[in-house]
Amino acid sequence: MHTQTVAELARQLREKQFSSVELTRSYLDRIQALDGVLNSFVTIDESGALAAAAAADARLAKGDTAPLLGIPLAHKDIFCTRGLRSSCGSRMLDNFVPPYDATVVARLRTAGTVMLGKTNMDEFAMGSSNETSFYGPSQNPWDTSRVPGGSSGGSAAAVAAMLAPMATGTDTGGSIRQPAAFCGITGLKPTYGRVSRLGMVAFASSLDQAGPMARNAEDCALLLNAIAGVDPLDSTSAEEPVPDFTATLERPLAGLRIGLPREYFGSGLDDATGTRIHAALALLEQQGATLVDVSLPHTGLSIPTYYIIAPAEASTNLSRFDGVRYGYRCENPADLHDLYTRSREEGFGDEVKRRILVGTYALSAGYYDAYYKKAQQVRRLIRQDFVDCFREVDIIAGPTTPGPAFALGAKTSDPLSMYLEDVYTLAVNLAGLPGMSVPAGFSNGLPVGLQLIGGHFDEARLLNVAHQLQQASDWHLQQPDIKRPK
Amino acid sequence: MRWDVVIGLEVHLQLATASKIFSGASTHFGAAPNTQACAVDLAMPGMLPVLNEQAVRYAVMFGLGIGAEIGMRSVFDRKNYFYPDSPKGYQISQFQEPVVGRGSFEITLEDGTVRHIGITRAHLEEDAGKSLHEDFHGQTGIDLNRAGTPLLEIVTDPDLRSAEEAVAYLKTLHSLVTYLGISDGNMAEGSMRCDVNLSLRPAGSQELGTRTEIKNVNSFRFVEKAIHHEIERQADILENGGRVIQETRLYDADRDETRAMRSKEVANDYRYFPEPDLLPVIIDEAFVDSIRATLPELPRERRQRFVDIYGLSHYDATVLSANRALADYYEAVVSDCGDPKIAANWVQGELLGQLNRSELALADSPVSAPALAGLIRRILDNSISGKIAKQVFEAMWAGEGDADRIIEARGLQQVSDSGALETMVDEVISANPEQLAQYLAADEAKRKKLLGFFVGQVMKVSKGQANPQMVNELLARKLS
Repeated sequence: MHTQTVAELARQLREKQFSSVELTRSYLDRIQALDGVLNSFVTIDESGALAAAAAADARLAKGDTAPLLGIPLAHKDIFCTRGLRSSCGSRMLDNFVPPYDATVVARLRTAGTVMLGKTNMDEFAMGSSNETSFYGPSQNPWDTSRVPGGSSGGSAAAVAAMLAPMATGTDTGGSIRQPAAFCGITGLKPTYGRVSRLGMVAFASSLDQAGPMARNAEDCALLLNAIAGVDPLDSTSAEEPVPDFTATLERPLAGLRIGLPREYFGSGLDDATGTRIHAALALLEQQGATLVDVSLPHTGLSIPTYYIIAPAEASTNLSRFDGVRYGYRCENPADLHDLYTRSREEGFGDEVKRRILVGTYALSAGYYDAYYKKAQQVRRLIRQDFVDCFREVDIIAGPTTPGPAFALGAKTSDPLSMYLEDVYTLAVNLAGLPGMSVPAGFSNGLPVGLQLIGGHFDEARLLNVAHQLQQASDWHLQQPDIKRPK
Repeated sequence: MRWDVVIGLEVHLQLATASKIFSGASTHFGAAPNTQACAVDLAMPGMLPVLNEQAVRYAVMFGLGIGAEIGMRSVFDRKNYFYPDSPKGYQISQFQEPVVGRGSFEITLEDGTVRHIGITRAHLEEDAGKSLHEDFHGQTGIDLNRAGTPLLEIVTDPDLRSAEEAVAYLKTLHSLVTYLGISDGNMAEGSMRCDVNLSLRPAGSQELGTRTEIKNVNSFRFVEKAIHHEIERQADILENGGRVIQETRLYDADRDETRAMRSKEVANDYRYFPEPDLLPVIIDEAFVDSIRATLPELPRERRQRFVDIYGLSHYDATVLSANRALADYYEAVVSDCGDPKIAANWVQGELLGQLNRSELALADSPVSAPALAGLIRRILDNSISGKIAKQVFEAMWAGEGDADRIIEARGLQQVSDSGALETMVDEVISANPEQLAQYLAADEAKRKKLLGFFVGQVMKVSKGQANPQMVNELLARKLS
């Protein structure tokens, strides 16, 4: 069962070939057997999952045909789940059980999905390798000595290893697309505002966006259908009509203009990865798309801009973790100052502290104009680059990452080289655009991801292009051979 | 040395919305701790603010009420600081683009002087919770019921020159916001809290001196006392050759003194930046017009109407229009009894006097407007004299019923029966032969004076119930 796509599983559930409880049981068994190696889950909710599956079976028995009814899934542990620990990969929230569901979680419950558990992630979504997690890193199913990417690395690894047919992720600077690329799955970061942020632990409010992770574009479309749409409790969610994202998957690509930004194919790109990307683009060309040389001149500024804005917002978003109302509190605080400093000192990991420090500095009196304000100005330039580009082309394409998954520990002592991992993905968040990573072959046995970038609220087009690519290729169908633990 | 006093005030006004500025929790005062704090107010992970439109409406009403510029685009910012009753670790406020811009305010001092006070700005923000240091045995309790209550912070230019002006400003402001209905104005429950910025400069100088800020003064009286105290303190320092330190001070009402807060508490860098969880607030002319159309009559307009329509003096009109409830009461009495001047005397005299003596609010007055009007009608139709009416009012205050019932029960009806009056007049004349002789011997001018004696005697015999006009007429006829 586990090799099937979401669309196939849903059809078979409706045809009563198996029950949701049977399907759920089989995934729980796989998790039991394989996750000892991968560490992609931080919490497994067996009883909750089986109860939800039984409820879904009851709905199915009544002839309910909701598209995701009875389908198991995993939520990134950044989403608050009522009654189930939501740690955000941090010691700070290791004991935190929310009394509410994130909007994404609530919508998927209503849709009848079955939550298997919560997936591993970089602490507070700050990282590109999953190595900043309080629960230890998740591993890449294609090579367990390598990282799955981050921050949604647990979700990517779980989907790639078929421990769940689909998962939720969040993407602040590439956190869905980069792990999707590293793990050989399909992941979509929607337009900023397309999906509610309510109940998602905030990292950088103006950049965070939740999105689907699955094994192909069609499954991503099904998942996005269930979570997209305005939420009155998130003022930054958009009152934009939500199309049926599966309706336009089959549209032919004839006449499609694809922009290839010069800056994404420069010296930083690993040769083998570049070759795979060009081969995938050639497939799209064969289907009638035109490749157009374009420029995003401010690409180089996206790293410094992002690493001002994201930490600045994070530094204040994380102020609420003070040991007073919930979460980690130090032992025997001597006074208020001691309570604050030790709770935060002991509750946060190094990368989180580094970003709080950077962000606090960037917002400080006397530095605000030079850093935060300047970064916001550059952000507008970066956004304008894309606006200009989309006058000439329908979508933009390039590599998701400079190279394939790197070895665990390879970059942990060098934050700057870790930050460079996100060079192709950050600008998309700064511009608020939808972006996708789609499997585009392998380099030395490791997956390579093709990134597709669309205009605002044009997710349907990205999913259409990705689906058409997947009709003409089998990279997304490849399965990793995971060594079972002894 | 003579000093000029320079004062600017920042008033934190709690807006009378039913729910909080960024959440759906109730703002009702006095609930058990933390029963009116929802996940947003508790700053639970992933919770987001949603702006309460009513708070914006109230802010715009205030702006229109003082003729200020309305911020058609306003922006919320985060003001970052750690404190246990600030659960997010930042306060959502407005920094560079407030909802209300420059405006001005007219105040009238007791001697009738009119002053114009500039309003720098007014912005929306959320209130903090409360830290409770008592009853926790060395620990601190946190009550987040108040966290997220909408505040309008109203900032004046440094235009005030004395404690009296500051209090007059606050009273006028209180009057305006309660007229507008945007705040309950309940000082005791902290609905209007004041920070005082104060500096001294040599009389006549144009240069501003170093100021101090006195935080959180919560009554008109404390504002007055805190200012007097701070003027004295700064004058002492300056006259002894010292320098005033720019600092934040707290007013301690129990000891009647201000004292410096620890410098650690005030040396804050708030790291303001635009709140990314909220969009800029964009309002259009239609929104403002719709609010303008619903604005009630404001205190100044009402005062003028009292002068123009009821013929009241400027002073009476000011007193009676200052408080919306009082003005409503007064107008109810007028419409019921038909005599605006007598109504004004009774409301300002007996009613306010009794309320003050009993320390009651107008809403709790045992004598309602229709009841007072009923009493005044009996004066107007000569059933009772003004003097007797005061007795009747006392009885009404004590809960003995309406005016007619008391007049009836106590037999206070004025005697206008000419037969009965004639008997009394005859009795008085025959009982005072000496005065009668004097009267008859006196010239026209002296007679007037002596007539008063006989009137007084008749009133005494009638226990004040004789119709004075009829007594005068009868005596004049009998003695001629």
